[in-house]
Amino acid sequence: MIQSKSLGSRLSRLLIMFALILITFMSLAPIVNTIMVSVSSSTAVNAGRVYFFPVELNFSSYGQILNDTKFWKAFFISVERVVLGGAINMFLTILMAYPLSRSVTQFRSRNTYMWIIVFTMLFSGGIVPWYMVISKLGLINSIWALVLPGAVPVFNVILLMNFFKGIPKELEEAAFIDGASPLKILLKIFIPISMPSLATIMLFVIVGHWNNFFDGIILINDSSKIPLQTYLQQLSLTRDQMQNLSVEQLQQFNKISNTTLNSAKILVSMIPILMIYPFLQRYLIHGIVLGAVKE
Amino acid sequence: MTYHFMLLPGMIMLFIFSIVPMFGVVMAFQKFIPAKGIFGSKWAGLSKFTYMFQLPDAKQIFINTLVIAVGKIALGLIVPIVFALLLNEVRLKVFKSTIQTIVYLPHFMSWVVLGTMLTMIFSFDGMVNNFLEFLGLERIMFLASNDWFRPLLIVTDTWKEFGYGTIVYLAALTAINPALYESAAMDGASRWKQTLNITLPGMFPTIILLGTLSLGNVLNAGFDQVFNLYNPLVYETGDIIDTFVYRMGLINMQYSFATAIGLMKSVISFVLIVISYRLASRYAGYRIF
Repeated sequence: MIQSKSLGSRLSRLLIMFALILITFMSLAPIVNTIMVSVSSSTAVNAGRVYFFPVELNFSSYGQILNDTKFWKAFFISVERVVLGGAINMFLTILMAYPLSRSVTQFRSRNTYMWIIVFTMLFSGGIVPWYMVISKLGLINSIWALVLPGAVPVFNVILLMNFFKGIPKELEEAAFIDGASPLKILLKIFIPISMPSLATIMLFVIVGHWNNFFDGIILINDSSKIPLQTYLQQLSLTRDQMQNLSVEQLQQFNKISNTTLNSAKILVSMIPILMIYPFLQRYLIHGIVLGAVKE
Repeated sequence: MTYHFMLLPGMIMLFIFSIVPMFGVVMAFQKFIPAKGIFGSKWAGLSKFTYMFQLPDAKQIFINTLVIAVGKIALGLIVPIVFALLLNEVRLKVFKSTIQTIVYLPHFMSWVVLGTMLTMIFSFDGMVNNFLEFLGLERIMFLASNDWFRPLLIVTDTWKEFGYGTIVYLAALTAINPALYESAAMDGASRWKQTLNITLPGMFPTIILLGTLSLGNVLNAGFDQVFNLYNPLVYETGDIIDTFVYRMGLINMQYSFATAIGLMKSVISFVLIVISYRLASRYAGYRIF
């Protein structure tokens, strides 16, 4: 690429760099601030003196979390949910994407299935009937209530299906001539080739399960069985209880809630995501662009 | 046959958890009593819908949803474009990929976590207000003010999603033929001129496509975000269809009424999505499957 070396272009390049660094800093600022709050003393936090550096360094909130059985209970329910739900999601996504990626000549009912699946993505009966079905099945208060209703991530099925479609026909035909069954073609050719796409979907699935708080609120009444995000959500008080509080009371409430401890809790809750993110995110661009936008 | 067999487990799940609840929409036309069930409850015709149109709250909630969603769509379209253009000017690969990795990150955090963080930062004695005071401005109750709540929702949502939104634009940029830039530079076009005449037109199809597809979202103002940030003081401007349906249906147990509102939203959204996909396939050659 030819670059001009004039003063104007250097200056504009410098400005762009500066703008980008500023934007990047803004993306991180809330997280950095939360980290600093979690390792500062409560008095400094309540006095509003903590920004991007710790004030009166203090790790006691992390010590408190270590002994918090409720927190860890919720944490491991989330872990269980991710493992169980993630496995089911991945299994069903692959199993559905493959037949749907076949052409109509290979699989005649393909379009019928496709319409049904897309329809379930676009239209829903709403939250009340959804709740009633799950409760009629007796799933309330069980881990299955968090895992089964979302067993088929339709969006991911379509993403993977589009990726499968892009795989050269020759590969498959060669295997078919050698006598491989559809299942064998899926296992030996499609899955190994699709690793970047599968990694992207895995990231979506894990993050989705880990971050979901809402089904925990309505489907789990037993507070010893709620997942972590629901637990965190309830820390910040159910908002419906604040119905009759005045502005002053609301402020007062913010003061008494233990900001340092809550900050530490939400940071610990982010650790699993931060651990898998660097490994899976590099497939992100590849996975999304190939699967989603088709021209 | 193998294919049908492979689809079976997933289809069973979809049938139970997506298709069966669809039949539940008949509740919207009933005076639904849980003990009597769908088959035992009395029919109420369209009374739930007429009630909805008479309720002043319903109108407000519809407006809130529309304003917040349209604001998010507009800002959420512009910021990633500008950001992708800026990032495109960077030649240093490490710098570029580090920035990308960082700005994608908020997309992967839950609104519970971000809600807690933002509540802290935007609270009356929080970081943002300290900064405002430092600048000699008044402190603002962002989370309890009906003037500020909507802008706050729109800006923080854009903040969370813009990095992720740039992915598709950056992909579109890599597809532009480098020879175009070289010949433009030969002709003496500045970087700015090149951006204007090569980069932007190169991104145009993608912009049109994403803009069209976002039409389907004008009634999706973002349940998770609102739910984690709002409080009764800002119901007037911040309460959206989804949060209202949740409170009516599962807190106040007005099953039929909540279902009626939800059904209304589902139907309108469905029509909008179908229209937007039609437009996208006609004008941008986009097909979902």
